[in-house]
Amino acid sequence: MSALKWCHKALSEPCFLPGHLCGPLRELVSLSTQHPQSVLYVLGSCTHTQRAVWDRLASVLCSAVFSLVSAVLNDIISTMFNRKFMEELFKPQELYSKKALRTVYERLAHASIMKLNQASMDKLYDLMTMAFKYQVLLCPRPKDVLLVTFNHLDTIKGFIQDSPTILQQVDETFRQLTEIYGGLSAGEFQLIRQTLLIFFQDLHIRVSMFLKDKVQNNNGRFVLPVSGPVPWGTEVPGLIRMFNNKGEEVKRIEFKHGGNYVPAPKEGSFELYGDRVLKLGTNMYSVNRPVETHMSGSSKNLASRTQESIAPNPLAKEELNFLARLMGGMEIKKPSGPEPGFRLNLFTTDEEEEQAALTRPEELSYEVINIQATQDQQRSEELARIMGEFEIMEQPRLSTSKGDDLLAMMDEL
Amino acid sequence: MVAVDLEGPYEPRVRRADLGLRVHWCVLPFRVLLVLTSHRGIQMYESNGYTMVYWHALDSGDASPVQAVFARGIAASGHFICVGTWSGRVLVFDIPAKGPNIVLSEELAGHQTPITDIATEPAQGQDCVADMVTADDSGLLCVWRSGPEFTLLTRIPGFGVPCPSVQLWQGIIAAGYGNGQVHLYEAATGNLHVQINAHARAICALDLAPEVGKLLSAGEDTFVHIWKLSRSPESGYIEAAPLP
Repeated sequence: MSALKWCHKALSEPCFLPGHLCGPLRELVSLSTQHPQSVLYVLGSCTHTQRAVWDRLASVLCSAVFSLVSAVLNDIISTMFNRKFMEELFKPQELYSKKALRTVYERLAHASIMKLNQASMDKLYDLMTMAFKYQVLLCPRPKDVLLVTFNHLDTIKGFIQDSPTILQQVDETFRQLTEIYGGLSAGEFQLIRQTLLIFFQDLHIRVSMFLKDKVQNNNGRFVLPVSGPVPWGTEVPGLIRMFNNKGEEVKRIEFKHGGNYVPAPKEGSFELYGDRVLKLGTNMYSVNRPVETHMSGSSKNLASRTQESIAPNPLAKEELNFLARLMGGMEIKKPSGPEPGFRLNLFTTDEEEEQAALTRPEELSYEVINIQATQDQQRSEELARIMGEFEIMEQPRLSTSKGDDLLAMMDEL
Repeated sequence: MVAVDLEGPYEPRVRRADLGLRVHWCVLPFRVLLVLTSHRGIQMYESNGYTMVYWHALDSGDASPVQAVFARGIAASGHFICVGTWSGRVLVFDIPAKGPNIVLSEELAGHQTPITDIATEPAQGQDCVADMVTADDSGLLCVWRSGPEFTLLTRIPGFGVPCPSVQLWQGIIAAGYGNGQVHLYEAATGNLHVQINAHARAICALDLAPEVGKLLSAGEDTFVHIWKLSRSPESGYIEAAPLP
């Protein structure tokens, strides 16, 4: 089977690759058929004698990518849902400071063979904070913050369907969340929501996906919708009812509210499994978006793109770049030495990443915490203890047979 | 207008979550005090805004570790200043005509959940008239008569939604709720007379112009509405109409 056909076949079957990568991969395959200069097309049009070698290489590379990405996801998720880490998180405590949160996040992001430079890490953190701020801000009712969290967990479970132990950890977290937060009153949830919003106050970083979807303005402020369903438990505005001393309605006035609201369809489920109804907190990248790139005539690799006026959608682009580098024959470091693995760059090129690090505005720089310098000594000790639990992976876990094939292949070539 | 920020070590770009941070000018018969509430306690300043005359630290003794401790809700009634707390208790401070000799004279019990807001109006002249309303996170409203000892006159139960803001005017209680509704109650009886589906999100604040009887409601749905309050000439029942 040709390399192209193999890729088509692999992508059409339910694969163990996370959904948000399938889209870009399919794009890659279909783009390569349209543009003869691209590497995959070259692979596909080799002579018969070379084809066997190229087929094997392409299929092995594809599956290597799949394995690597799965390994990264598994490592990060299992670290995040580590029992001790969760226990620490669930203790009643003050909100972490911005520095403390950033430090924990950075350790989490490095809990696998994937590495990020400062600039890419900053960009990833910016993306995460703005996305979460959006979700908390737009919650229709304060209790929906819990539904957003459940949406996060549901999506995470989708990434680790083949790992029953991690699945169990996530389910356990579900139960703890329900136990601790399930019974809180509306007033307590409002307090939680306000506390979270104070944390995000004055953060107005523009995110390309939000700008494109028109949920964020050019000044970084989010758009608050004035249409759609009202929260569960709220009436559609526009009615005044007046009663007498016996509670009987004696008069009614309708008025124009100004918005365009409809009644809420149903309440989201707070059970372990159920329809959450709320879309906030679901995978932002799962929607099949047309990739806003223009294929240039370059044959070297697929990383060259026309300049975009707004910041590129970082994660989708990077997936393509990484694949392109593999396919285009750039060197793959063999896992040897103290720092194995691969580095994730959220920018188009290494130079761009360096430039971003140099030109990052002062007010947006995150100073990663120097533990000794915090005022709260006890809390910083706790944090240091937690972070000691995170172990950076020593070996990349290419445990599937296809992954082993890659290493064997490299030896043969 | 007064803008409030935290005292303490100044950290650029970091604003610690301070629950219940509120500020209110309390107009008393012989002086005006600026009162601030926060998670630490209650501070009172002279009208110049910087001479502190009183500091009351909150007692967090019987708070469980998961409970947030703060003061919230400030109102002046006669020569008293009333401040709500996280436990539902309302602290009543007796304020002298001048000087720092402020005394905590009473702690009102009536609420079991954190106080959200307090509203007062000058006594209307008659005897048994209500001149203070307190509201809490469960939506419960307590109606009081002030005096050397405050008396609880009526309780208006909530319905599972917080009441973040309350106003009192000519015996009419206006309450804004977390489900976007505004309710108008007769303070003397506690009866609900007007229910307005005013907003599509929680109501943040109510304000009232006493000379003209206009009520303003602001909600998290980004809208501000103005309502004309009145009494029906025949029945005397409270009525409300939207103003364009």
